[in-house]
Amino acid sequence: MINDTIAGVSTAVGNSGISVIRMSGSDSVSIADKIFKGKKKVKEQESHTIQYGKIISPETNEVIDEVLLTKMVAPRTYTREDVIEISSHGGYSIARSILDLLYRMGARPAEPGEFTKRAFLNGRIDLSQAEAVMDIIQARTDRVSKVAVRQLEGSLSNKISNIRERIINILSHIEVNLDYPEYDDEEVSASMAESETIQILDELDKLIDSFNFGKLLREGMEVVIAGRPNVGKSSLMNRLSRKNRSIVTDIPGTTRDIIEEYINIKGIPVKLVDTAGVREAEDKVEKIGVERTIKALEGADLVIMISDISEPLGQEDQTILSKIKEYNKPYIMVFNKTDLIEEERRLEEIKRENPKALYLSVTEDKGVEELEDAIVKYATENNQDIDNQVLVTNARHENHLRRAKSFLESVLTSVRNNMTLDIIALDLKASLEELGSITGDHADEDVVNAIFSRFCIGK
Amino acid sequence: MDEFIGGVYDVIVVGAGHAGCEAALAAARMGCKTAVFCLNLDSIANMPCNPNIGGTAKGQLVREIDALGGQMGITADETFIQSKILNRGKGPAVYSLRAQIDRRAYHTRMKWVLENQENLDVKQAEVTEVLCENNKVKGIKVNTGTVYLCKAIVITTGTYLKGRIVIGNTSYSSGPDGLYPANKLSDSLRALGIELLRFKTGTPARINRRSIDFSKMVEQPGDDEIVPFSFMTDEVNDNQIVCYLTHTNNETHRIIHENLHRSPLYSGDIQGIGPRYCPSIEDKVVRFKEKESHQVFVEPMGLNTNEMYLQGMSTSMPEDVQIKMIRSLPGLENATIMRPAYAIEYDCIDPTQLKLSLELKTIDGLFFAGQVNGSSGYEEAAAQGIMAGINAVLKIKGREPLILDRSQAYIGVLIDDLVTKGIKEPYRMMTSRAEYRLWLRQDNADLRLTQIGYDVGLASEERYKRYIEKKEKIEAEFMRLKKTIIPPSKEINEFLRKYNSAQITSGIKLYDLLRRPEIEYHHLEEIGQAEDLPGQVKEQVTISIKYEGYLERQMNQIRQFKRMEERKLPEDIDYSKIQGLSTEARQKLNNQRPQSIGQASRISGVSPADISVLLIYLEAQKRKNKSNGEQIQDGKDKEQC
Ligand SMILES: Nc1nc2c(ncn2[C@@H]2O[C@H](COP(=O)(O)OP(=O)(O)OP(=O)(O)O)[C@@H](O)[C@H]2O)c(=O)[nH]1
Ligand SMILES: [Mg+2]
Repeated sequence: MINDTIAGVSTAVGNSGISVIRMSGSDSVSIADKIFKGKKKVKEQESHTIQYGKIISPETNEVIDEVLLTKMVAPRTYTREDVIEISSHGGYSIARSILDLLYRMGARPAEPGEFTKRAFLNGRIDLSQAEAVMDIIQARTDRVSKVAVRQLEGSLSNKISNIRERIINILSHIEVNLDYPEYDDEEVSASMAESETIQILDELDKLIDSFNFGKLLREGMEVVIAGRPNVGKSSLMNRLSRKNRSIVTDIPGTTRDIIEEYINIKGIPVKLVDTAGVREAEDKVEKIGVERTIKALEGADLVIMISDISEPLGQEDQTILSKIKEYNKPYIMVFNKTDLIEEERRLEEIKRENPKALYLSVTEDKGVEELEDAIVKYATENNQDIDNQVLVTNARHENHLRRAKSFLESVLTSVRNNMTLDIIALDLKASLEELGSITGDHADEDVVNAIFSRFCIGK
Repeated sequence: MDEFIGGVYDVIVVGAGHAGCEAALAAARMGCKTAVFCLNLDSIANMPCNPNIGGTAKGQLVREIDALGGQMGITADETFIQSKILNRGKGPAVYSLRAQIDRRAYHTRMKWVLENQENLDVKQAEVTEVLCENNKVKGIKVNTGTVYLCKAIVITTGTYLKGRIVIGNTSYSSGPDGLYPANKLSDSLRALGIELLRFKTGTPARINRRSIDFSKMVEQPGDDEIVPFSFMTDEVNDNQIVCYLTHTNNETHRIIHENLHRSPLYSGDIQGIGPRYCPSIEDKVVRFKEKESHQVFVEPMGLNTNEMYLQGMSTSMPEDVQIKMIRSLPGLENATIMRPAYAIEYDCIDPTQLKLSLELKTIDGLFFAGQVNGSSGYEEAAAQGIMAGINAVLKIKGREPLILDRSQAYIGVLIDDLVTKGIKEPYRMMTSRAEYRLWLRQDNADLRLTQIGYDVGLASEERYKRYIEKKEKIEAEFMRLKKTIIPPSKEINEFLRKYNSAQITSGIKLYDLLRRPEIEYHHLEEIGQAEDLPGQVKEQVTISIKYEGYLERQMNQIRQFKRMEERKLPEDIDYSKIQGLSTEARQKLNNQRPQSIGQASRISGVSPADISVLLIYLEAQKRKNKSNGEQIQDGKDKEQC
C-alpha cells in the first residue's frame, strides 16, 4: 500500500511560471522513461542530477513540453523513496496534461500532503517538522518560507520548551508542598505563582499574536480600498497590481461590485480589494454593491480610506469612516489627485492640517511608493521584528497556545480568589499538557523529576 | 522422583509482608484454597522502616485497598497511636490521612486475621524454587524439600531476595530488621528467564526514648478529630502519643563531610540503585549544600517499647559516625542507639516483564507484587498485593483479569507506572503522578471501587450494603439541595451578611448557595436547612458542588484518556514490520507488547510521532480488512454473474 507511486504538482498552482511535477515511489523511474525523451534514459541517469528533454505522449507521439527532469534515488530523498521531479514552465494546463499522462502510465494522484506523510512515515522527519513542511508547501513568499524553515530547525520548540520549563518550576514548588507537606523551607508563595504566570502569559500572547501574523503571511493581508465614488479607488487598485482589471471611468459609481487581486508588496502577500464607492445609491445594482463594500470592510485586515483632495470631506466620507471605526479596523487615510491642486503652498497647508494622511496622485504616479511602504510597515511593525521572532504558523499549534493561555488565566483567577493549591496545580498542569502537545512532552514525568532535582526531601 | 507433597492449593503466596497479606486474604476471601509462606511467622506484616501508614498518595492507596475489601485500613485503624490529616487547606484532592502505628500490635493483629481466615493456611518455610511446566506454574518447593502444588503463585518477597545489609564498611547477608534473607529463590527466578534488578534502600537508627531530651524539640500532636482509614470503621481510639521535631545543624553536616569517604554509598561499596525521594542524610547534605539544616522527626515505634524512629536520618555510615551525627542534634546529645541505621540491597524484578494484571508475560499463573516489583512503601506493596491476589483467583476461574486504569484509582497509576514505564529506582507513590488527582480522592475511594470489589467477589456483603446506603444518601441529598429554593428574607440575608456573602433579592437554591466558596454545609444549620447526615455524605455533596466545574473538566479528560485505552493493539502485532516507527519504539513495543494505544503512548522511547504511525497503521489495517472483505464479496458477485 505504501509502495505505490504517487504524483502531483508540488508548487502552488498559479503562483509562478514554473510548475514542478513530483513523483515518488518505486516505479517513478520506469514511469518517467515512458514519457521523457532526453540524451540519456532516465534509468541510466545518475542520481541527484538534472537532464533536459521533452515530454512526449506515447499514445499520440505529440510533444507536450520541454522540461528539466531531476532524478533522486532512495534513500537520500525527501520521501526516502525514488523521486522524479519534472520542471515545466508551460503554465497550469500543461502541468495538468503532464500529470494526467503520468497517471495513465501508472502513477496515482497524491493526496494533499501525501509526500510529507511518506517522509514522515519513512522516518525522514518528525511530526512537528512534517507540519512545518506542510506550511512550506503552502508558503507563497520568501518571508513565509524563512519562518517555516526556522520552525524546522526547532526555534518554536525551543521557545515553548523554555516556557514549559518555567511552568514546571512553579508547579514543582506547589507539588513538593502537596506531596511532602512536612517539607519546611519551600513555602509556596502564591505571589510567586502569580507574578511568574503573568510573565508567561505575556510570552504566550506574543506567540499567539505572531500566529495572526503568520496567518497574514500565509493567507495574505486583506487590504480593502474604500471611499466615495470617483475618488480613484479602481485607479489605485490597477496601479498597485500593475494590471487593468478594474474599470476606470470618470462616471461616479463605475465599480459596482467587489474586485479582488492577489499581489505581493515587497514580500508581503496582499489580497487587494476594490470596492464600489459609498454614496446614497439610487440604482439597484449599485445599492447591492455598496452593501458588499460594507461587508468587505468587515473582513479587512487594513483599510485604505481614499478621498479626493480637490473636494472637501463630505457626508459620504464620514459614513465610511464611521463604518471603519465601528468595525474597529486599522486604516490609512489617503488623499488622491494631488495633481489637481496647482498651488504648491496650498498643498503644503493641507498636508500640515492632516499630517498623518498620505497624499498621492495615481495618474502622475506620485506617492504610491509611500503608500506601499506604509502597508508593509503596518504589516511588519504591528507584528514587531518578524525576522528575529519565532513565528507560529500552524493552526494546531496556535490552538494549543490559546488553550494553554486560558488555563493560565484561570490560574491567576484562582490565585486571586484564594483557591486551594490542588486547583491551581490542576490548571498549571493543563497548560503544561497543552504546550507539551506541541513539542511532544508529557507533563507528569517532568514535574516529578523537577521535584527530585530541586528539593531536598526524604526520610 | 519421590517428593513429599505437603499440600495442594489453588493459590500460593510467597511472603507475608504487606503485599503477601493482602494477596493471601484476597485469594482466600474470594473462595480459593490458599497458602501463605513466610520465612518467619513472627515477621508477618512487619514494618522494618517507618512506623506509620498513609501519608500523601499513600493514604489514598490505603483507602482504595479498603474499598476493594482489603485489610490494611482496618488493621491500621485498630492499631494506630496517632492520626493526622495532611494537607488540610490545600484542597480535597490532596487531603491525605497518616497514622503512627504500634508496630508490634499491627503485626500481631494482622497475623491473627490471617490465622482466622477461612480457606487460608499460614506456613513458616523458605520457598526456594518455583516449579513450572510448559511455561505454566505447577507449585513451589521449600527449604525442607517439601513440594506444594498450586494453580497460581503470587511472589511477594519484598527486600528479602539476596538481601545484604551494609553499615559503613561492614556488610552481611541479611533480610530487613536482621531477619533471615531468602538466598535461593533469586536463582530459581533467573532460571525461569526472569530479569532481575538490584535495588537499595535504607532505614535510620532507633533510639531509646529514655536517652532523649524532648524539652529541646517541638511537639507534633495528632488531630483532635480522628478520621479512620476504613469505610468499615465506626469507632476509633484517641491519639496516644506525640511525635517530636528536631533539626540537623552545621556540626552534623561537618561530621558527615569529614567522614564521607567512609560511606559505602560514596566509596562504591553499594551498587544497588537507591530512591531519590528518600536519600540518606549524607546524600542530602552533599546534594543540597545550600541547606543549613534538615528536619528530623522523632516517632515512637509503639506503646510497649522505648524505641524511637528518627525520620530524616537514614544513613549507611559506620556506627561510630552515626552516633556522632545523632548526638549533634538538639535533644539527642545523650542518645543511645538501640538499632543502628543500615542500607539494604536486594533483588527485584524488572516490572516491565509483567502484564497489567501483575502476571508475568512469559509464565502462566506466576504473579508478582510489592517491593519485589521495584516499588517502595508498605501501602504500595499492599495495593499490588490485593490486585495480584484478585487476579490470581480470576485467572484460576478463567475470568478476565481486573485491571484498574489510571482514571479509576491510584492503584491503577501505580501498576501502570511500574509495568508500562519501568523503573530506574524504587518507586514511591506521589499525588503528582496521578493525572486525575481531583477525581482520585481518598474520600470517594468507596464510590469508585467498592462496586468493583463486590463484583469480583472480594468486598463483603456488609461493605457493599454500607456503600449502597451512602450512595443513596448522597444522591437524595443532592436532589434536595437542587430542589430546595430559599426565598429572600431578612433572616437569610442576615445569615449571608455574616459570611460576607452576597445578598439575595429572589429565591436561591440551596445548591447555588453551597456553590459560594464562603458558604459551608454546616452553615446551613443556622437557617435550618442542614440534614442530619453522616459526615462522609456531607463531604461528598459539598465537594461535588464546590468543585463541579473542575470535576467536569477532569471527567472530560478521563473520557479522552479512555478512548486511547480502548484502542486495543492486537497481541500478534509485529512492530519490526511497521514502517515509520523509530528503531527504539520498535524494540520497546516488541518487548513490552502494550495492550492498547494508550498504554503504548506511556512507554518511554515511544514518541507521539510513533503513536501517529501506530494509529495510521491500525487504520490502514482496518481498511485492508474491510476491502479484503469487499473483494471477496466482489468475487462472489462475479461468480454469480
Ligand atoms: N487628476 C486625477 N485624476 C485621477 C486620479 N486618480 C484617478 N483619477 C480619475 O478619477 C476618475 C475616477 O477614477 P476611478 O479609479 O474609476 O474611481 P473609483 O473610486 O474607482 O470610482 P467608482 O468605481 O465609480 O466608485 C477617473 O477619470 C480617473 O482617471 C489622480 O490622481 N488625479
Ligand atoms: Mg471604481
